[in-house]
Amino acid sequence: MIDFERVTKRFGSWTAVDAVSFTVAEGEFRVLIGPSGSGKSTVLRMINRLIPADEGAIRIDGEDIASLKPEELRRRMGYVIQSVGLFPHWTVERNIATVPGLLGWPRARIRDRVTELLELLNLDPRRYRGAYPHQLSGGQQQRVGVARALAAEPRILLMDEPFSALDPITRASLQTELSAIHRRTGTTVVFVTHDMDEALRLGDSIAVMDHGRLIQCATPLDILTRPASPLVRDLVGREEWGLKRLAVETVGDRARRQESVTGEPLAAETPLHRALSEMVARGTERLPVVDGDGQPAGVLHLSDLVRPISGGTVPGGTA
Amino acid sequence: MASRVSLHRFLHNRVALLMALAAAIAAMALPLLGFAPNRLLSGRPVPLWAAVQGFDGAIALLAGLALLATPFLRPTRPGLGLTVAAGGLFTAGLVWLAGAQAAALAQGASAAARTSFASGFWVMAAAGLLTAIDAARRLGLGAVGRMAVGGAIAALVALQLASGHLDALSILKEYANRRDIFADAVLRHAMLVVAALIPTLLIGIPLGIAAHRVQAVGRAVFPVLNVVQTVPSIALFGLLMAPLAALGAMLPGSGISGVGPLPAVIALTLYSLLPIVRNTAVGLDGVPAPVREAARGMGLTPRQIFLRVDLPLALPVFLSGLRITVVQAVGLAAVAALIGAGGLGAIMFQGLFANALDLVLLGAVPVILLAVAADALLSIGIAAATHSIGLLPGKSAP
Repeated sequence: MIDFERVTKRFGSWTAVDAVSFTVAEGEFRVLIGPSGSGKSTVLRMINRLIPADEGAIRIDGEDIASLKPEELRRRMGYVIQSVGLFPHWTVERNIATVPGLLGWPRARIRDRVTELLELLNLDPRRYRGAYPHQLSGGQQQRVGVARALAAEPRILLMDEPFSALDPITRASLQTELSAIHRRTGTTVVFVTHDMDEALRLGDSIAVMDHGRLIQCATPLDILTRPASPLVRDLVGREEWGLKRLAVETVGDRARRQESVTGEPLAAETPLHRALSEMVARGTERLPVVDGDGQPAGVLHLSDLVRPISGGTVPGGTA
Repeated sequence: MASRVSLHRFLHNRVALLMALAAAIAAMALPLLGFAPNRLLSGRPVPLWAAVQGFDGAIALLAGLALLATPFLRPTRPGLGLTVAAGGLFTAGLVWLAGAQAAALAQGASAAARTSFASGFWVMAAAGLLTAIDAARRLGLGAVGRMAVGGAIAALVALQLASGHLDALSILKEYANRRDIFADAVLRHAMLVVAALIPTLLIGIPLGIAAHRVQAVGRAVFPVLNVVQTVPSIALFGLLMAPLAALGAMLPGSGISGVGPLPAVIALTLYSLLPIVRNTAVGLDGVPAPVREAARGMGLTPRQIFLRVDLPLALPVFLSGLRITVVQAVGLAAVAALIGAGGLGAIMFQGLFANALDLVLLGAVPVILLAVAADALLSIGIAAATHSIGLLPGKSAP
């Protein structure tokens, strides 16, 4: 658990972070979003003390981080940045092994862990273990960057716009993989981005920042349907609002469980906007749904997509 | 038109063609050696064809014929390998011919008679060496490979030196006269360079690190070092003489004086600082900021970041600075002989003042060899450092 209590950071006369308080629960995926200069990266970098707080307290599992050695604190967390920062003179294996090496893991355990992580990030260990960073594409480099951050099984993963420099296809596949890793490991993630679609897609909760203040911290659905300020509404944008609204719910949320129909089924965790796309593509108004085990889980109707459940209209009402 | 087409079809190496033409013209028009009754008189020219006598002469010249063929060899590995061999063997063969001819001329001449290398020898030897160097580069040889080629050619000449085959040449007669001081001069020359290198590194590396970390340090240091570099070496030696002499007078018994090795070492250090400070700072500046940021974020201590990230990544640029420094110091140390520092420069100046060109050569050739050897060794170091940071092309992408 990460706990910010009235944390302030000033650079000269400029207040980058202004008395911010929030809590990130164990295992939560928290996205920090806001315009540039809003203080979101500063907040992230205060969690591992790359930037020291001027006022207030930051606690992890109740322990004030100011009482810890910064290096020890950082070794307990994963850290991923937009420009990756792989060590160019080390192989992929040695890069990933950095923190386990610092923590003094036995050699065999490090080796196994590297293999495991490369497989987790869809990089063939035999092919990439001995490669140097400059031999990898941008997407592969960031996969290694994520693997390196996860190496010592940290309970907290800090990510500063990790996918912003990647092409849309690579970004989408890394987002999917990150979601899966988060579900599987239960790691607490704090993820900075300026891309609302990414925030809506990944976050359990989204904290919107502006001018060093926390404007709103809520679930993706609430951010979409109950924006706390015009800025939040602008960040969401009115364009394709309906599709974004659909994207934060899954097929399983709205399927009619008792019914059945033939056809290629959709997985229950598919976001609703994909289901709509699928209906248009197939020219049908009904799609069968299966659960995680492949068992039938009902039918999704086109009318279910437009049925308002809660806050189903555009806030402000004029879009 | 037809001749142009056929030339393009058969000509594969323009550099080799230029060198072969230069060698051919020098062979016909310039003297290989000069033969003089004593070292003060200018000699009569001995052309190449006069030197080619007997079976071994013909063999030595075979490499020359091969050299003439090299422009027309295809740029394949065997073709370029043959070109390297032809260039190297031709150069070594010329030395052999010169030695044999000098020995022949010495028979029946007085002990004061001198046989020296003449313009034709220098042009042909240079053509042979350049052909070999260029072909080695085209072969894509690394620093180690190029050093092996250079070492092989040097070994062929060294064998001739050791066997006494070259003893009748003037430069070796000068050597024989100064056998006792020659080894001392080489050692002293090297010691001057090493003695300057130690304070240079002790001052230069911390200064470079400081210039990298604090901009103000760089702004203060680099203009000063740049000005020092522009002061001519003789002037700098002169400038140091007066204050050091005054200091020596103030501290009798300290051994400080305005002449001798101390001002030489100080001047060499001043010259050597710029490349070391600059390349240390530039090398560290070149370490990508995200790499340092990631290192810090993962919990490396400042010391670990310096040793594991900054140092290896800055090393190739630093070593390039060291290479410039060493090569420059080897050359400048020769000038230091003017203020009584000794070394190979002393032999060169003796020769200059006595108008004995072979004595100048006896000092100059080892200076060149020292510089080339230092350059080659540091090149290997740079290649190894670059390779170890995974930036060398040639490792294929997986």
